[in-house]
Amino acid sequence: MKMPSNCLPSIRDQLCKASDSSGRFLWSAAASVSLGDLLRGTSLGGRLPGLLGRSVLLATQDQLAAALALVELDGVAARLIICPPDLPAEHLHSVMARGGVDAVVSDQGLGGPLCVTCSLAITPVKSEQVERRLTEWVLLTSGTTGGAKMLIHDLRSLTAAIDGLNLETDVVWGTFYDIRRFGGLQILLRALLGRGSLVLSSAAESVGDHLLRLGALGATHISGTPSHWRRVLMSPQARAIAPRYIRLSGEIADQAILNSLHSFYPQAAIAHAFASTEAGVGFEVNDGLEGFPASVVSARGKVAIKIENDSLRIRSARTALRYVDGGDQALADKEGFVDTGDIVELRGDRYYFLGRRNGVINVGGLKVYPEEVEGVINRHPEVQMSIVRSRRNSITGSLVSADVVLKGEPDLSSANNQIADLKREILQICRESLAAHKIPATIRCVSVLELAAAGKLARHRA
Amino acid sequence: MSVRADVISQILQIRGNTKKEFPPLTDDLVLVDSGLDSLAIAILVTRLEDTLGFDPFAEFDDASPPVTLGDFIQCYENAVKLSAVDSRPTV
Repeated sequence: MKMPSNCLPSIRDQLCKASDSSGRFLWSAAASVSLGDLLRGTSLGGRLPGLLGRSVLLATQDQLAAALALVELDGVAARLIICPPDLPAEHLHSVMARGGVDAVVSDQGLGGPLCVTCSLAITPVKSEQVERRLTEWVLLTSGTTGGAKMLIHDLRSLTAAIDGLNLETDVVWGTFYDIRRFGGLQILLRALLGRGSLVLSSAAESVGDHLLRLGALGATHISGTPSHWRRVLMSPQARAIAPRYIRLSGEIADQAILNSLHSFYPQAAIAHAFASTEAGVGFEVNDGLEGFPASVVSARGKVAIKIENDSLRIRSARTALRYVDGGDQALADKEGFVDTGDIVELRGDRYYFLGRRNGVINVGGLKVYPEEVEGVINRHPEVQMSIVRSRRNSITGSLVSADVVLKGEPDLSSANNQIADLKREILQICRESLAAHKIPATIRCVSVLELAAAGKLARHRA
Repeated sequence: MSVRADVISQILQIRGNTKKEFPPLTDDLVLVDSGLDSLAIAILVTRLEDTLGFDPFAEFDDASPPVTLGDFIQCYENAVKLSAVDSRPTV
């Protein structure tokens, strides 16, 4: 296969170099595929050459189908746009237009300029002479007004943090993430390029069944958010797994969850990683303590870290390259640092995470923009104004909580019933318009909301 | 209202917001199989904090988290007993 000399070998090329691919697998709840079979065949029905140099939207229902297509398309497509499983249908056209999509790979018969079906049935194919290129990988994150942010990575930035894993030969990764998001994609790439196998999650599977499957397949390295892990510890099947490595990311890992996991899985090395789609994999903390040592900031290495205006900023080869349509928004400052928006505080010789500068609420690893929820609450005719805040929660890290000012004074003789009815109505409006994690867990009726000097709601951001 | 009644009442309210079918609320019901997902359990804990004034899981460290509904209620009942002991006047 021809490949420009400055180009990183594609995933497929790297897998071909490994001699053990036949004994390595990707498992979903319903099927499995040997990497050896995938290298000798195709999940795209022989239509890969037609996707050469195209801007491809990958939109599948099935995670395993997405994983197979990713292996085939890397190094072939000019751009690979990965649809997360919960992308609202109404956003699809905008994503395609912004990404300049001229081909769609899907397992659900989506229409489009050039639609290629991917499936779990691997058909043998003769080695195809395809010129390799460095594919742009586009990952989506939720944006302020519901529109997705589209960030460009390449295999170099996505895998720059993956080193030292190549020596381990019997690794079976498991993840509670979906591989079409940054956290899950990192684990897929670690499994593929680090000589391992991977047990994929399934939205339709119960926690207990997933744990039994992870245990039966001998998962050794398991990754998820602190919320995922709290749920694991509440399952009677928590003992079905015996990981030797536990990785937490996507949310603040507090001391309680780190201690609980250490107590439950004493054999496991436990790491919490700071990573985001924008900033890439920043660093890992392996000392079992929440926060991170202050020495991380001054350390000279592959990742430079600075704290400016209390927020954590990262410069490394692992950050996203740019936004797809980010002419108006720079990803990094002049020195190349990406502002993560995470506010930290130095106590003694350690930094601790306090929350997000822009008020984004992290509910179990999913972002909620307060303004979006307020906009929905304010649709209720009796609501004068509202403010949505993060409320600390021991199960999901944070929850959404709303304070609401009503237009008129409730009738005192029936105030309690009236307010209870109003709260029910507000929640009903929220349920009709918002994803479950964005619906306020609690609503409080207050007489006034504090305004900041500029006349905006005082959000008391971290 | 007893702590147990508070817990059951809040679960029924949260369940009432969905159209799913749920298993009966018995003490041996496994929480993660109760039809309440992580988010629903988190909402339950928050609403109970507003009703009872505490979250027994905020401090759970190396103790085992509750697995069944009975364990969950026990956590709240234990916290109430502890706070009653703490608030006894000293002589």
